[in-house]
Amino acid sequence: MADGKVAFELVTPERLLLSQEADMVVVPGGAGDFGVLPRHSPLISTVRPGTIRLHDGGGEPAEIFVAGGFAEVTPERCTVLAEEAVPLADLDRAEVERELREAREDAADTDDERRRAAALRRAAVAEAKLAELG
Amino acid sequence: MPSLKELRNRISSVRATQKITSAMKMVAAAKLRRAQEAAEAARPYAERMERMLGSLGGSMAGSAGAPKLLSGSGDDRVHLVVVATADRGLCGGFNGGIVRRARELIDELEGAGKTVRILCVGRKGRDQLRRLHGTKIVDIIEGVGRRSVEFAEADEIAERVRTMFDEGEFDVCTMVYARFKSAISNEVTVQQLVPAPLPERDEGADAGGPSAVYIYEPDEEAILEDLLPRNVSVQVYRALLENAASEHGARMAAMDNATRNAGDMIARLTLQYNRTRQAMITKELIEIISGAEAV
Repeated sequence: MADGKVAFELVTPERLLLSQEADMVVVPGGAGDFGVLPRHSPLISTVRPGTIRLHDGGGEPAEIFVAGGFAEVTPERCTVLAEEAVPLADLDRAEVERELREAREDAADTDDERRRAAALRRAAVAEAKLAELG
Repeated sequence: MPSLKELRNRISSVRATQKITSAMKMVAAAKLRRAQEAAEAARPYAERMERMLGSLGGSMAGSAGAPKLLSGSGDDRVHLVVVATADRGLCGGFNGGIVRRARELIDELEGAGKTVRILCVGRKGRDQLRRLHGTKIVDIIEGVGRRSVEFAEADEIAERVRTMFDEGEFDVCTMVYARFKSAISNEVTVQQLVPAPLPERDEGADAGGPSAVYIYEPDEEAILEDLLPRNVSVQVYRALLENAASEHGARMAAMDNATRNAGDMIARLTLQYNRTRQAMITKELIEIISGAEAV
């Protein structure tokens, strides 16, 4: 591994989405965003719906939206287990707004406790997407 | 001795069957490749999750605040056995192998005085278990992975398991499925889902130094509260993927065999057909000659 780089891995249940080295990774942790630089202390954190920013080589950071999950950080690497991950640029505002509306309707329609919780979670993810789109 | 017409009919029917089995074999081969890729692609997630769970669970195990999915319900009277099979047959001993192992497990548990309940994933398992253990089957889930196994499907099954656990309907949950080894072999595996088994802590693994002390954010309990239910889904998902790959592999092997057998049979029947035909010609010639001699 090149010195002074973080080995970053983004994994979804379906597959290993991304595995590359970066100068710094900013992860939306459950208790606030945190940046990961090489030789970071070991850390395990929850991840809230938000954007991971991958800084490498001084250019614009790569931005990837994740819908929650977990992150494991060791001095050499940073692994994010995401429930769903999409490059921020691929998100479509109209699409997300529709998702949000549907999720809210589902939540209002159902009287099953678990279904409502699931729908509310979807709504929260959609809201986070909208917030990231600005 | 069958007549020539009968032989012709049999040959053409075997040939038609051979066409079907060889087509099924090719379909299974194509599906196998996709299923195998999916199973392999899903491994990193499950592995990393296990690693995380290992380091988290290690520090939480035994402490009073540990979530129930990790520490168990404090009892082990009622066992839930999740039997994952295929929906369709014609795949050799695939379903039979899983069901046999499940039966052994059920007998074992009942022998030890436990109550057993069964959750069938896949129709074939239900069909084969119904006779002996019909009353214990809680539910059947069909149509999983008709095209490809989706995480959402696994999540739904896991959700059922979690709901049942939360409502105290069982104490220990085990899953029986076939782990994919290669296109021609699989291994029936029994895996405990609830309470989550802690992976063996091997020190040599790249744990980032001597079993690194992690900072937990927000804290161990909150993370576990999130991670454990998720882990059930992931384990179910992985099992279903492995199962799907094994199923297609088994079907491919079975259909390959069937195609070969049909080929052998056609050769045998064709030989018999030709012999009969020649015998008839010879007989007719003899009749003509002996007729001519008599004149």
